[in-house]
Amino acid sequence: MLRIEDIHSGYGSVKVLFGINLEARPGEILCLLGRNGAGKTTVMKTIMGLLPLTQGRITLADTDIGALPAHEVPRHRIGYVPQGRRLFPELTVAENIEMGLMPCNSGKGTREKVLDMFPRLRERLSQQASTLSGGEQQMLAIARALCLEPKVLLLDEPTEGLQPSMVDLIRNVIVQMKAEGLAVILVEQRVDAVLSVADQVAFIENGRNAETLSAASLRSDPAKLHHYLGV
Amino acid sequence: MEFGPHLILASLEGAVTAAILSLTAIGLSIVFGVMRVVNVAHGEFFMLGAVFAWYISQFLGTHPALGFVAAILIAPLLVGTLAAGLDRLILQRIDYNPERTIVATIGILYILQQGTLMTFGPDARPVAPPFNQVIAIPWFEFTDAGFEIYWPWGLGITSYKLFIIFAAAVVLAGVWLLMTRTKFGLIMRATQQDRETAQAFGVPVDKVFAYVFGLGAALAAVGAVLVVPVQQAHYLMGFDPLLLSFIVVIIGGLGSLPGTVIAAVLIGMTDGIISVFFSPTLAKIIATLAVAMVLVFRPRGLMGK
Repeated sequence: MLRIEDIHSGYGSVKVLFGINLEARPGEILCLLGRNGAGKTTVMKTIMGLLPLTQGRITLADTDIGALPAHEVPRHRIGYVPQGRRLFPELTVAENIEMGLMPCNSGKGTREKVLDMFPRLRERLSQQASTLSGGEQQMLAIARALCLEPKVLLLDEPTEGLQPSMVDLIRNVIVQMKAEGLAVILVEQRVDAVLSVADQVAFIENGRNAETLSAASLRSDPAKLHHYLGV
Repeated sequence: MEFGPHLILASLEGAVTAAILSLTAIGLSIVFGVMRVVNVAHGEFFMLGAVFAWYISQFLGTHPALGFVAAILIAPLLVGTLAAGLDRLILQRIDYNPERTIVATIGILYILQQGTLMTFGPDARPVAPPFNQVIAIPWFEFTDAGFEIYWPWGLGITSYKLFIIFAAAVVLAGVWLLMTRTKFGLIMRATQQDRETAQAFGVPVDKVFAYVFGLGAALAAVGAVLVVPVQQAHYLMGFDPLLLSFIVVIIGGLGSLPGTVIAAVLIGMTDGIISVFFSPTLAKIIATLAVAMVLVFRPRGLMGK
């Protein structure tokens, strides 16, 4: 279980998070909702160690992830799908996947398994990542993160700007990962897409936790959505 | 003066310049490409390579070939280690902030230059080439007796200069293989394209930067070890390679390795040919003009993105 306790973080002198608490459990999807600028992406980056943790603790099982330098975080099998995909644009599909295999020394088996999930990528192994379509790029970003054989998967707006068929495909992958026992943290703008897959929903407001609810209760009482998101 | 044989000679001399220049400029280009650091001290790493080569060969005091082999193995290693240490000690502490790295590398330039002056003195130090046969340049003519090959008087190049061209080509091929075929090359390219995401996939960026800075400096040192048997080691010799490397890297496109090699060949060959037929000053004027033209018409360089 990934436990986030009272974390504070920000960009340089600009503080963004003022005490966030979250728990991502294996086999569950935790969804972060909040208005633009609430700090959702900042939470993800802070977990990955890409932003300095000024206060609070992040632990995975018994490991103090928050105390590690950024490059050691993924070695504890935390896979990250950043906002805007952030592929290595001039590397080929195969090389992007190779980068995903590196942190945990994952072997050929992992590579095959991931490519089986996304057959489209297998056809384009030698193609430069920047020349893929938006949907294929997102597949590659997810495939690269899955190469770590992650225990925790962080997905930052994975369906942003994609056509509906692609959104479905990616949603299926996320549900499949949940079924395989991964703890998934998902940042997503489409509330409808979230409610159908999430187990828990955490609202974030101005860098603080507002409320964490089960998705089921939110489905039956959408008034909260209106309150926090204005939708 | 016959044009043909002189053109061959000028081209060969130009190719020697181009060979050394490509090694030095590739080092600058890799450092800029991966780390976004404009390394003003690059010429001093070149100079240190040359001075170390002299020191090593005279310290061993045996056959020039043995000294040369020792120098080409040890000098770049020493220079690379020193550069990696300076990266960790200075550049890392200022977070690779662009303006500060320029000021910091200017500081490194003077420290290395004056440190060399204080340690090794102001004299220019010759190093004996490992081998140095003169090879006459052949030419042909059609006489009454038919086609005839002859060797114009006084025109020749040494076997060592040809070796410089060959050795530089081998090292460049090695750099190319390192960048495209090895795990370290993949990590370097990934870091170059997206530093933050590379970290999220386990790349220890600080460590990679230290290696890259060391590699860049070591490449300049290899160029210097190769050139020192024809050019003498001296504590002020770093300025020209620095200037020419910047010219080459700007023309080729910052961070583009093929562009850098193409520009080095272009500038080196023009330099050789114009220097022989006109004057070295004109060659520099033309190189600078080329930079101006590239900046006006192709601001990102020949192969820049």
